[in-house]
Amino acid sequence: MVRMTGSQILLECLQREGVSTIFGYPGGVVLPLYDTLPQFPAIQHVLVRHEQGAAHMADGYARASGEVGVCLATSGPGATNLVTGIATSFLDSTPMVAITGNVARTLLGKDGFQEADITGITQPITKHNYLVMRAENIAMTIREAFHIARTGRPGPVHVDIPKDVFQEEAEFEWPEEINLRGYRPTTKGHAGMIRRAADAINGAERPIIISGHGIVWGDASDELVALAEKAQIPVITTFLGIGGFPETNPLSYGFLGMHGMYHANMAADEADVVIGIGMRFDDRAMGRFNDFNPDATIVHIDIDPAEIGKNLPTAIPVVGHVKLVLPELIERLERRDRSKWLAWIDKVEEEHPSLEIRETRRLIPQEIVRTLYDETQGTATLVTGVGQHQMWAGQHYFYDSPRKLVSSGGLGTMGFELPAAIGAQMGMPESEIWAICGDAGFQMTMQELAVCVDERLPVKIAIMNNGYLGMVRQWQELFYDENFVSVAVTQPDFCKLAEAYGVRSLRVETKAEVLPAIQEARNYDGPILIDFHVDQDENVWPMVPAGAALSETIEIPEKELAR
Amino acid sequence: MTTSNGTKPGHHTVVAIVEDKPGVLQRVAGLFRRRGFNIESLAVGPTEFEGLSRMTIIVDGASAPVEQVEKQLYKLIDVVKVSDLTHDDAIKRELALLKVRCNNVNRHELLDIANVFRADVIDMATNSLMLQVVGDDDKIDGLIKMCEPYGIRELSRTGTIAMTRGQKTTTVHESEPEAIARVHQSQGRRVEADLPFSSD
Repeated sequence: MVRMTGSQILLECLQREGVSTIFGYPGGVVLPLYDTLPQFPAIQHVLVRHEQGAAHMADGYARASGEVGVCLATSGPGATNLVTGIATSFLDSTPMVAITGNVARTLLGKDGFQEADITGITQPITKHNYLVMRAENIAMTIREAFHIARTGRPGPVHVDIPKDVFQEEAEFEWPEEINLRGYRPTTKGHAGMIRRAADAINGAERPIIISGHGIVWGDASDELVALAEKAQIPVITTFLGIGGFPETNPLSYGFLGMHGMYHANMAADEADVVIGIGMRFDDRAMGRFNDFNPDATIVHIDIDPAEIGKNLPTAIPVVGHVKLVLPELIERLERRDRSKWLAWIDKVEEEHPSLEIRETRRLIPQEIVRTLYDETQGTATLVTGVGQHQMWAGQHYFYDSPRKLVSSGGLGTMGFELPAAIGAQMGMPESEIWAICGDAGFQMTMQELAVCVDERLPVKIAIMNNGYLGMVRQWQELFYDENFVSVAVTQPDFCKLAEAYGVRSLRVETKAEVLPAIQEARNYDGPILIDFHVDQDENVWPMVPAGAALSETIEIPEKELAR
Repeated sequence: MTTSNGTKPGHHTVVAIVEDKPGVLQRVAGLFRRRGFNIESLAVGPTEFEGLSRMTIIVDGASAPVEQVEKQLYKLIDVVKVSDLTHDDAIKRELALLKVRCNNVNRHELLDIANVFRADVIDMATNSLMLQVVGDDDKIDGLIKMCEPYGIRELSRTGTIAMTRGQKTTTVHESEPEAIARVHQSQGRRVEADLPFSSD
């Protein structure tokens, strides 16, 4: 046993948990910790420009690399600035450990300078949180925090540490064992349920798999492919499930939901057995719950028992880890010819194509994304914000492996793109990372451009600049009688802004400039921003209006087709 | 009206064994608030094991399927075990204190009522007396109803606690982690060693 300060214990534990990068911002109460940082040269601290950026970076780092992301902030405003990022991670079940300082123990609860009840605030948006009141408890807390964050259904864990606990000395001992009586994630599926699921699938004429984020985090892509191929079941994914099943596989039918493929939505609605795997039947994916394919038998495989039956009545639940459940299921599945069913979906797709890039002289974002795909051959990782550009990035780029699309699906956090792309690049230094941004969302976190320069990150930033809150404009156009209120956004000159930060920039206004700009960005070893001035009136199609059923999916209207 | 074991129709009796840690009550209360589950009554106290507390929660089942309530409770790291005693052969008890108005003329009537309900008179003043009653919902509601005409000056109820009859228990044995496993198993789940994620 060694006597160490709380700061030293914390950093020693982070190092033992394999943390090499922390995204943070210093402030009063975490100064003892920052004072200790130079003693741990293996841990790199990335200085962000706003704590929200730190949380998104940790999140992006986790999503791209699969490792737990770590962010750090001071008390009060520093801690509350993390909240959006923590909630983003929570809704999408990504592993993150958020560390905050707090005022000294004697001042806790006395409304001291920069005090916020941050554990009270983060409680409903974390998988678990801690307020550590003694230095001797730091080691076990950090051990538990990482264990909880990365096992079971992953999620963010928040650890709050008062200033004087960082300074307090304690004996350090690395806890070898974790004993959390109340946390035993289920892993192995119930054999009887797996048998029932297999029977239902074997007997199905028109089964469909809807796979989600759980396939990505459960590292079960290969198992999913084996299952689908053996039983010849078409696979559609949720938005966050994109890449969990290779979109280049003939059994892949894209993603479903509000802006999913028309044929995917119809197939989900036509299926006789719906097999949800590592997903949660979210409203954006399923449309109006009451009218989602009422005749289908629903098989739901997920690690979180609380998701079973939460939104849709489930006939056959299998609670377990997909990596363990799928092989057992595959064993029991019969090889079957389902070419008739596959042909049905193919025909719908042929008659109702969702991904055609129409001929137009206008510079449209769909074409930019498609050009990027053709140019990179699907090897790049796309990190998006939220809105129209997010949907186009999901639709027109094709992802053949997990972790290639990083996006805030559940919380829908605008401004996620740039910091998450930075985190992704830090986590995957060899990958080609593209931040696909909206012009409005970019302005929410654009100060993090400075981090790209500080860390010399070759992040490629593509702004789909239409001068609007595009998705909001689309809703106002379609559902609010074109009553456009507060959706036109004036922006700075993004190129000048980039130059001011020391980031190279390109402006693209015509179709002819798209490919050269993408090529130039790919050949440039450093941060580069492309400001694409795209058509202002483009809408995302297909669309399931809010509150409608999947069967009510609307395709691109004639008048827009002709534009 | 109540069922044979004293739970009102539509109400569910859920017992949660939780870690005795700061904030655990807030976690449970916060969960109920966020998920829109209505708590009718909540009673918390220590268990036979140091470090574990027992919460008895009466949930309005109309606000959410009780299965969701249980599963959401299980997701809290500090919740070790959850049991639904609604349909079990269980004893449910609550203690109430009532301060009722009375005078020299009607005091004996109140004493008669107390007698019928086997309530104890634990304090007496010239214009009031205090009753202590133990029982299930029905009995306490009945006493309250009988006392209302006299004027109830103050009422305090502890909230219901519950325990199954016979050999069966709702508790957790520290020396017996299998007990927890059995609970999971009984709900169609299996507990194994943690499977590392790709990040491990």
